[in-house]
Amino acid sequence: MNGMDLIGFIVIFILATFLGASLIGRVPPTLHTPLMSGANAVSGITVVGAMAIAGHTDYGVLGQVLGFIAIVFAMMNVVGGYAVTDRMLEMFKKAPQEGGK
Amino acid sequence: MISIAIERLLYLVASVLFITGLKKLQSPETARKGNQISAVGMLLAIIVTLLSTKTITYGTIAAGLLVGGGLGLWMARSIAMTSMPQMVALLNGVGGASSLLVASAEFLHRQSTGGVATVDVALSTHLGVLIGAVTFTGSAIAWAKLQEVMTGKAIVFGGQKMVNGALFAVIAGLAAWLIFVPTAPLWAFYALVGLSLVIGVLLVIPIGGADMPVVISLLNSYSGIAAAMTGFVIKSEVLVISGALVGSSGIILSQIMCKAMNRSLSNVLFGAFGQAAGKSNKTSEGLSVSATSIEEAALMIAYAQSVIVVPGYGLAVAQAQHQVRELMDLVEKRGGTMKFAVHPVAGRMPGHMNVLLAEANIPYDKLIDMDDINPEFERTDVCLVIGANDVVNPAARTDPSSPIFGMPILNADHAKRIIVMKRGMSAGFAGIENELFYNSKTQMLFGDAKGTLSKLVAEVKQV
Repeated sequence: MNGMDLIGFIVIFILATFLGASLIGRVPPTLHTPLMSGANAVSGITVVGAMAIAGHTDYGVLGQVLGFIAIVFAMMNVVGGYAVTDRMLEMFKKAPQEGGK
Repeated sequence: MISIAIERLLYLVASVLFITGLKKLQSPETARKGNQISAVGMLLAIIVTLLSTKTITYGTIAAGLLVGGGLGLWMARSIAMTSMPQMVALLNGVGGASSLLVASAEFLHRQSTGGVATVDVALSTHLGVLIGAVTFTGSAIAWAKLQEVMTGKAIVFGGQKMVNGALFAVIAGLAAWLIFVPTAPLWAFYALVGLSLVIGVLLVIPIGGADMPVVISLLNSYSGIAAAMTGFVIKSEVLVISGALVGSSGIILSQIMCKAMNRSLSNVLFGAFGQAAGKSNKTSEGLSVSATSIEEAALMIAYAQSVIVVPGYGLAVAQAQHQVRELMDLVEKRGGTMKFAVHPVAGRMPGHMNVLLAEANIPYDKLIDMDDINPEFERTDVCLVIGANDVVNPAARTDPSSPIFGMPILNADHAKRIIVMKRGMSAGFAGIENELFYNSKTQMLFGDAKGTLSKLVAEVKQV
């Protein structure tokens, strides 16, 4: 990574942190648990890095082993996180609106 | 198969989908859609990686995707809603472990090929390893405390902070050695990994079980920051963006939890609450409580125009949410209203109580946050406190000697009548006496939550 690249990544990191903070600040407390499990799912994005290692022959046997475990862990986050969040959000229902009330 | 430029653009699309998904989480009406949009983003990221020119073999990837996906699906389907904190702790942990493994594999690969990393890549590698490892073992301890396979009490020993400080110094030294001296031996790296795993354990054991909501929020954040660090190592924008989003989310939730307990983050992390908590001057001597019967309580509730329920974790432990729902239906059928006052720390993690009540089919617009419901107590006929204690203790407002003084509470004592459903007269968390129980407007209804509520429901039906 050259110097300019690094600065670019730092810029992305800082801007995304501020974006995240402003988005999360407006999530109502009612949804904080689904928010956390949803965040788990998003942090499963490391699966991309894990696949790059496991899919590459250069890394050798050790790379295959580490890559495999990393994919398994990340996918637990991805599938487990999205599925359980969906299961929770499905339960959140509004009260049926009664006429005149 | 696809060019690098297209690949990066598609990753950017995935990032935008994650952000859109988060934005839709700002309302219960759009939240489910938001989660699905986010999932589409993840699917896109995985497909792009599969199509990448850098991907040569598919066997290990396919096996990993299937095994991990299967485990995740099984967990998501089988977990009880009361155990959500454990599931999030577990996912935080494996997320951290995943970053740790990716950063380690990159480091070991570079070592074996004799490559020398620039300072920034080396630094992010070691940060990824440190934060990933701390998240992994820290979450394992948090899980064990929540699951009650180990004591929920704070584990403290003399010189704990010194030991932690020394360990951090050694880790920093090892990292500096590995970064600036290309000939540093491999064992230095393994020592770095090992000590990082140890420090994760040491950081979480002195934190009491009652503070786990803050800890899992914070570890949630760490798992994101670890992913972002890994993004710096493998030069992936989508990892940096997603990691930063998760990182900021966890930090904000930790702050919200701390504010709800009137404590600073450093007090939670290093204070070992419950060990050194001051004792309140107030005692129950000379005061008396008045107990009531199920029949009397049923009459009060049946003829109330407005009822606010304050649910505590005791309600969830007793699995009595469905009985509460029945009671709500009865009250509404009689023309009254019933709302639920949810304190931010009512469950075992942020928003936990809302999920537990939603599971019992209680509509989310009946679940009211503390700030919105507090002015309503004055106009409320009956406040029914079920299994909650500290969050309705007026000492938080009035008694500067109380350990919970300053903590924002639900104004249950402002209601016209108060019924407190409780097992017995034991004091709450940290052994604090609750003045509310001795209030002249308060009637105590002793018994276990589920049994008492069932009888109450039957009795209200007869009124």
